[in-house]
Amino acid sequence: MAVTSMNGVGLRKRPLDMGTTGLGVAAMCVLAFLYLPIITLIIFSFNSSSITRLPLESFTLDWYVKALSNNDLMTAVWNSVLVGSAAVVICLAIGIPTALALDRYDFPGKTVFRRLVILPITLPGLITGVSMLTFFRSVDIQLTIWTVIIGHGTALTAIVVTNVFARLQRFDRRIEEASADLGATPLMTFWYVTLPNIRAAIIGSAMISFTLSFDELPVTFFLTGRDNTLPMYIWSVIRRGITPEINAIGTIIVVVSILLILISVLLMHSDNQKAGPVKP
Amino acid sequence: MANILELSNVTKTFRGGVVAVDDISLDISEGEFLTMLGPSGCGKTTTLRMIGGFEYPDSGSILLDGQDVTDNPPYRRPVNMMFQDFALFPHMSSAENIGYGLKIAGVSRGEIEERVKRMLDLIELPDMGARLPSQLSIGQRQRIALARALINNPRVLLLDEPMSALDAKLKETMQIELRHIHDRIGITFIMVTHDQTESMIMSDRIIVMHAGRIEQIGSATELYDHPKSAYVAEFLGTSNMIPATVSKDGSSLMARAGDLSIAVDDDGSGIVEGSVRSLFIRPEKIRLLGDGGVAYDGASVFTGKVKELFFSGNAVRIDLDVGADRPLMVHHQLDTGLEQAGLPMVGESATCSVRPETVRLFDIAEVAAVEAEGVGA
Repeated sequence: MAVTSMNGVGLRKRPLDMGTTGLGVAAMCVLAFLYLPIITLIIFSFNSSSITRLPLESFTLDWYVKALSNNDLMTAVWNSVLVGSAAVVICLAIGIPTALALDRYDFPGKTVFRRLVILPITLPGLITGVSMLTFFRSVDIQLTIWTVIIGHGTALTAIVVTNVFARLQRFDRRIEEASADLGATPLMTFWYVTLPNIRAAIIGSAMISFTLSFDELPVTFFLTGRDNTLPMYIWSVIRRGITPEINAIGTIIVVVSILLILISVLLMHSDNQKAGPVKP
Repeated sequence: MANILELSNVTKTFRGGVVAVDDISLDISEGEFLTMLGPSGCGKTTTLRMIGGFEYPDSGSILLDGQDVTDNPPYRRPVNMMFQDFALFPHMSSAENIGYGLKIAGVSRGEIEERVKRMLDLIELPDMGARLPSQLSIGQRQRIALARALINNPRVLLLDEPMSALDAKLKETMQIELRHIHDRIGITFIMVTHDQTESMIMSDRIIVMHAGRIEQIGSATELYDHPKSAYVAEFLGTSNMIPATVSKDGSSLMARAGDLSIAVDDDGSGIVEGSVRSLFIRPEKIRLLGDGGVAYDGASVFTGKVKELFFSGNAVRIDLDVGADRPLMVHHQLDTGLEQAGLPMVGESATCSVRPETVRLFDIAEVAAVEAEGVGA
């Protein structure tokens, strides 16, 4: 119990042995491997030299000013935000009902249906991109940002389905019965009881979908018209060399991502606390 | 009293052809505490769930206050359920759990608060409204579940194994408390349990169910003292079932097995002389006639040899060898310490008596079937 460790029992110090030290070093190496590139990006975004190369010169915020006033870049960012948000909406609109159907109803071909719904996530983006391009061409649909959104929605729906389905499998159906018993129609039960209990899975999968959409390249490459998303823009600019402007916008995205992750972790944490196992 | 609930010829078959409930008819009167008792798979829970609207019968009808509710969903019948393991909403506080039914019914916030407060007082947890279910003890959760099921003033309250999550001590307290709450609020209670003691302590009437059918309906004393079938006899309490040959002795019957010769009241069921029947004797109905003990008038007296003694604190179980197929179990309540009780030791002989109205004869094949099922074992 917590009390014993508060009293200091169990906190007895053990001399560091070779194993522990080795483990610590290994952990540091892994962390460096994971985060060194991002740290490099952040550092160079504040470096006044226009070439990404050591040694560092003086500190500057110029690249941020430049990035934020670069119309093409900003349009690309907003396009990516739009595509990500719209794709998430599609994923949720299709994914949640699909997960519910898979969890609750038996219908002929259910197993096949489940495999088919999950399949797009395992398909290479290249295949999704080419096949959707062929499809849009064959039915004569103009390539715009909306075709990109549909493409992302298709590829990412499986994430929502798998996450929400997994949560529903652990969900105690009797609390829905209790809700119906107390007078709630199926819709009220879904709103007041089911949804709050699968909220964490929904938010989590929405965030993952958004992130994946935000840096998606192959599907976008095939399906976009004249509009550029951020990865497309970076890709086209980078061929002429990495500019610190890209580092600056990259840093902003890293910071925003961390904020979003923190928010979602907080939301899910409060959820999990409430939904903690109510076991007899 | 008027019938609040009527089940007529209700049958439910599950996928795979398992007949869970087989042509059950049942009248329940307003304000009574009725218990459906039986082992798992006897159809008691399915019957309860059909009354609640969670399952629909294949045939037959369910009338509530004379209205056909057979096919109504749970949210369109004034019946509430206290679920096994309680099924509290984990994301809502105790007060929100209790007030849920009122919120759904569109009751104003002020009134909800008021009525939830009264409920919390009724279940004696006035300060627990803000807690989440995960922050409550099991006993407290049970009370919250009860309050949540009662707040809509249901015509009938259904209780699905309400005590199964509780430990033995708490169980005993809650059985009596729930009985008191029933008596105070006057709502009809229908409970499902597999615990025979619980059913006898709590209910006005008990339905013993077996393989989807009603085996017997009656008060606890009717079922315990006058079981209609070997199944009921074995399921409630413990019993001796000893194969015995029946003979007529004037107006009464005599059952003989080994050194036993027991008078049995003739219930007029036309038992043939010379036939072999199962002699049913409750172990506690056998009286040990120690020094100076006197048998009741008309009771049969017999002697057996003590095979084994089992001391359980407040009582002793004595297994007597009476020369029959199996030993005869005797329960002797101790009103002294064991040493002062003057009981015969193992190997010594003991004289006992049993009254004719406490014993019965059952069909031997029926008893064999019940014993093969492992009921009461």
